[in-house]
Amino acid sequence: MMLSRVAERIYWSARYLQRVESSARIVNTYTSLLMDLSKEVDISWFNLVMLNNAEEEYVSRYKVRDERNVVKFTLADDTNPSSMLMSLAQVRENFRTTRDVVPEDAWEMINELSSFAQESIKNGALNRAKREEFLSQVINQCQMIQGYIASAMPHDAVWDIWVIGRSLERADMTTRLLEAGAGILLGDDIANQVQAPPIIWGNVLRSSSAHHAFRRAVSPRVTGNEVPKFLLFNDQFPRSVTYCLIEIKAAVKKLPKQRKVLESFKGLDQLIMVTPLFNHVDDQLDAQFLAYINKLQLQLAKLHQSFSETWFSLAGR
Amino acid sequence: MGINWKQYSPDVFYDELINQSGNPRLPAKKLASYLQSLDHDEVQRRQHLADAAIQDMGISFTVYTEEGNIDRSWPFDIIPRTISAKQWRTTEKGLIQRLEALNLFIDDLYHDQKIIKDGVIPRHILEQSTNFRKECIGISPPENVWAHICGTDLVRDSDGEFYVLEDNLRVPSGVSYMLENRSIMKRVLPELFENDRILPVNDYCDNLFDTLCSLVPDKESPEIVVLTPGIYNSAYFEHAFLAQQMGAELVEGSDLTVAKNGYVYMKTISGLSKVDVIYRRIDDMFLDPNVFHKDSVLGVPGLMKAWQSGKVALANAPGAGVADDKVVYAYVPQIIKYYLDQDPILPNVETFLCHDDKQREYVLKNIDKLVVKPANESGGYGMLVGPHSTKKDQATFVELIKKNPRNYIAQPTLSLSTAPTLVGNDQPEPRHLDLRPFVLQGKKSYVTTGGLTRVAMKKGSLVVNSSQGGGSKDTWIVDTEVKS
Repeated sequence: MMLSRVAERIYWSARYLQRVESSARIVNTYTSLLMDLSKEVDISWFNLVMLNNAEEEYVSRYKVRDERNVVKFTLADDTNPSSMLMSLAQVRENFRTTRDVVPEDAWEMINELSSFAQESIKNGALNRAKREEFLSQVINQCQMIQGYIASAMPHDAVWDIWVIGRSLERADMTTRLLEAGAGILLGDDIANQVQAPPIIWGNVLRSSSAHHAFRRAVSPRVTGNEVPKFLLFNDQFPRSVTYCLIEIKAAVKKLPKQRKVLESFKGLDQLIMVTPLFNHVDDQLDAQFLAYINKLQLQLAKLHQSFSETWFSLAGR
Repeated sequence: MGINWKQYSPDVFYDELINQSGNPRLPAKKLASYLQSLDHDEVQRRQHLADAAIQDMGISFTVYTEEGNIDRSWPFDIIPRTISAKQWRTTEKGLIQRLEALNLFIDDLYHDQKIIKDGVIPRHILEQSTNFRKECIGISPPENVWAHICGTDLVRDSDGEFYVLEDNLRVPSGVSYMLENRSIMKRVLPELFENDRILPVNDYCDNLFDTLCSLVPDKESPEIVVLTPGIYNSAYFEHAFLAQQMGAELVEGSDLTVAKNGYVYMKTISGLSKVDVIYRRIDDMFLDPNVFHKDSVLGVPGLMKAWQSGKVALANAPGAGVADDKVVYAYVPQIIKYYLDQDPILPNVETFLCHDDKQREYVLKNIDKLVVKPANESGGYGMLVGPHSTKKDQATFVELIKKNPRNYIAQPTLSLSTAPTLVGNDQPEPRHLDLRPFVLQGKKSYVTTGGLTRVAMKKGSLVVNSSQGGGSKDTWIVDTEVKS
């Protein structure tokens, strides 16, 4: 038994909590990437904004596209609906309105995380010297909440909806990280830099906590197209797009009115199983790759659409 | 240096913990000596621990006037308020007696109105009651109980006796704070619970659940929901808390629908699912836009009809608020006598009814000494505390009373009891408080062990409502008869 309205809010709680973690990860990756790449390479911090399709929001608030502004916009700006702090506020708001189904302590934990993030940012945690430590703590706390929920929430419909929201957001974030990596590599400055690709893909892996898994599953050396391949198609690594989709599908199969939802997987299955990229090791990560990622993102959005129509639509009517 | 009780002076008031000669009362003995053994920093540390716990738990009370700040934490004082178990047992009996009588009274008003025909209560009181619902006439809810959940406000006067100040029979709130206060205390001062025999409070939700189940006698496990007006309501925290504790769904009006067959359903991910009992935490007037406020979006169209035809149970029943009227309050001793043929165990506070010419004359003459309350407001709004008011306020109330005497009552300004409270200084200071126990009546009756103690945090203030800057304390019923 699960109210449509509750289902919708749980779904968004899961998505937003994952988004908080993802925002922290992606800013961490960028920060460390900048330290690794040679000074001549000019990576634009503005890429981060484009990655989240938030150019308009950004331009209406800031003139200068520098690190300080982008980091502030991405993490702390409370007028940017997709900033980390706003995502946190959304988790809190959604937990608050579903407190009868969310395990008690999760509410306390999200309150703690909210006040910790706000306090730290007020005290300068976004400055480079403190940023990494702060963001790592945010990531840890997010995972703590995820872990707590996984072990304290009954694995019933509420949990299935939670998994669906979390995994969809994860898959989406993985595609964005890949888009970020490929985007940098396609830049003009980078073209002649031989050492750049392994640095970039190494950081993309680390941002997904995937470097260790990659080394064990693929190769100790981070080479060429192997990273996107791993993060897209590996069916054992929890943050790969394929794995996330397996999880979503399994959860959908446990929920009512699943037939229609399962049908909307067709497009994704086509992209993932039928037309895998990189049949050759030296396939280029070019515009075609970016177009592929784009298609994936569109299909993920379609999936969301079908969840919404199937399970949430009774709410509010 | 820690708390020194010798420096604490309750003045002329009855203090819950410390008697006139500066010694702790029996139920507070171990508590007082333990607190005294803690040094100043330690006491501070515990208070901060409690404040942090409240932040983390998100205990909050919406204050409407603070725009944009929808969950201000509610101040909590770590020094508990103690009552002896012996005194509490009598109080409990009095509360049950009172609610039973009030339920008989409500049921009578919606049926034969014998009490009016017999001349115990004047008819005009009923005719001018804003909470009498003609839609309820002739309806017989299960067990003939209308008010299943009641929050009764008790105060202790300088004589040390409990008096009933008010019966809240509509949608009384605060029980979740009572429960949370205890769990904060256990975190903050765990050692106290080893020394004293403090009776537990945590069986409330089980009893609430049983009471709600008893509204559908023929069903083994009825589907129960808690109906909330939503997140912007001041008691939303409590609605969520109670739903969670009972494993019931927390629903908003838009989650429910009345189907063609007249039954109530909730909208779920698998479709519509039938609801048997609604613990509603929204006011009568917002329950059903077809019957009451037409523009209410909080309620469910058709809900009244479903209730009238017995297809869903509502707790509290619509119309129960007719007894939640400060004019009716004045008659409760007679009501108890009339229906139960018993003397009231708990006394009322002396009450002057402004519709009575003689009593009104007295009130208008002595308005600077009395507390004047409108008959149908709750939350401490729209009242006048004579001794703390300006001439201008008094003149306004004189006009109000003259214009609508039925709507006002007056009571002497009570010397509310006090308890030591930490208000920022090293030493605790006396602050006035009241007590709201919660009483349940379904097939059986139940009273919370103690209740919610609300404290007026401002020096000398008598207004304890959370919406007006009050705070709260844990309430201990201490069994002093057990030798440990």
